[in-house]
Amino acid sequence: MHAFAYERPATLAEALALMQAHGSAARLLAGGTDLIIRLRDGSARPSVVIDVKRIPELDPGIRVDAGRLVIGARTVMTDIAADAHVRRHFLALAEAASVVGSVQIRNRATLAGNICNASPAADTAPPLLVYDATVVAAGPDGTRRIPIDAFFVRSGVTTLVPGEIVTAIELPVPDGPLGAAHQRRTRRRGHDLASVTLSVAIGGSGTTRLAYGSVGPRPVLHVDGSGVLADASATAEAKARVFEAAFADASPSPRSMRAGPDYRLAMLRVLGARAVATALDRLAGE
Amino acid sequence: MTQTIPIALTVNGRPRSAEVAAHHTLLEVLRDDLGLTGTKECCLVGECGACTVILDGRSVDSCLMLAVEADGADVLTVEGLATDGRLSPLQQAFLDKGGVQCGFCIPGQVMSAHALLAHTPHPTRAEVEEGLAGNLCRCACYEQIFEAVLSTAEAAAAADEEAGR
Repeated sequence: MHAFAYERPATLAEALALMQAHGSAARLLAGGTDLIIRLRDGSARPSVVIDVKRIPELDPGIRVDAGRLVIGARTVMTDIAADAHVRRHFLALAEAASVVGSVQIRNRATLAGNICNASPAADTAPPLLVYDATVVAAGPDGTRRIPIDAFFVRSGVTTLVPGEIVTAIELPVPDGPLGAAHQRRTRRRGHDLASVTLSVAIGGSGTTRLAYGSVGPRPVLHVDGSGVLADASATAEAKARVFEAAFADASPSPRSMRAGPDYRLAMLRVLGARAVATALDRLAGE
Repeated sequence: MTQTIPIALTVNGRPRSAEVAAHHTLLEVLRDDLGLTGTKECCLVGECGACTVILDGRSVDSCLMLAVEADGADVLTVEGLATDGRLSPLQQAFLDKGGVQCGFCIPGQVMSAHALLAHTPHPTRAEVEEGLAGNLCRCACYEQIFEAVLSTAEAAAAADEEAGR
């Protein structure tokens, strides 16, 4: 690994000042499960690494505040998967957090890091999209709230501007019944990057939010207001037509080593049907 | 010039301090600076788990952490499991069940299993499989390793029952 300077700011203001001072020469270090690999293989070569893990404003707690679940930027996947609020209101997010990497990875990897890394295969992106999450970012000019669907651009690129730091992710607590589920497909069970990842959330009003990743440069959200996916008695043909529209934006890379485009497109439909069935079961049990 | 940073941490119950380079991993400092070579270097991308240690009660890949990140932490490595020269029951079970062939992955396997049993004293087989999913064994001793972990949990439960706990 190349040599770099290490900074461990004790406040958010200090961290923002360091980001201003070092610009693109600095990289933020949260859990490190992506960054350390990139530092070692040379694909990231910052001169300064800024460790955000001791910044109190990015506290690792999960709390409900004014109808929103607030997940601090330092919160790791293990804690998200086990949290009672998350399991009660945002089960698909708990399911996604519990399949990221291995136990060792989940004990370090943060939700904020997962979305800032902006991998198209990020497990937590689809649930955040179906739950309509908001990314809270602090910058030199104050705090911005970015809807998660306006956050992802392409692999490794987000709409954060230079100098900004994600401090929390917020999810609106559903005000009515909601059934949700997360599904993924990997080459092998246990510990692998997703070949396809997909979440569904079905509301009592009949609206279905469906999001998927690992089939294009960024994760995709599709909102279906037709009521077909939410209708347990709808025919498979009717659901297939909705899926065709929902998956129109999938464009899997022919060069990926994990799975070919045909397989991924076929699996999107399989995972979509499974997730809808599970979400409907859960909605009925609400 | 390489920046060095003083860190203080507890390793296997003993306070230790070191001057570490900012870009050195916890794995490198454990092995090269503190002489604890039980923790193994292997894939260096967080896939194989050979470098697993327990940091503040949680298993982590020490190859994916800078040593400075462990400043102030409590670290348990495989060297810290035996007491008074006697293997821990979990370590002994790995031997008894034949979980060890070449042995290279075993420190990581044992540390993951140790962390699993600390959090889940009576795991199901599925929980053991999930708990050890981040540890690869190229000799494919998975069956024997799972048996070692499950038998350790069963023996602890039986001992608890015997003692009326």
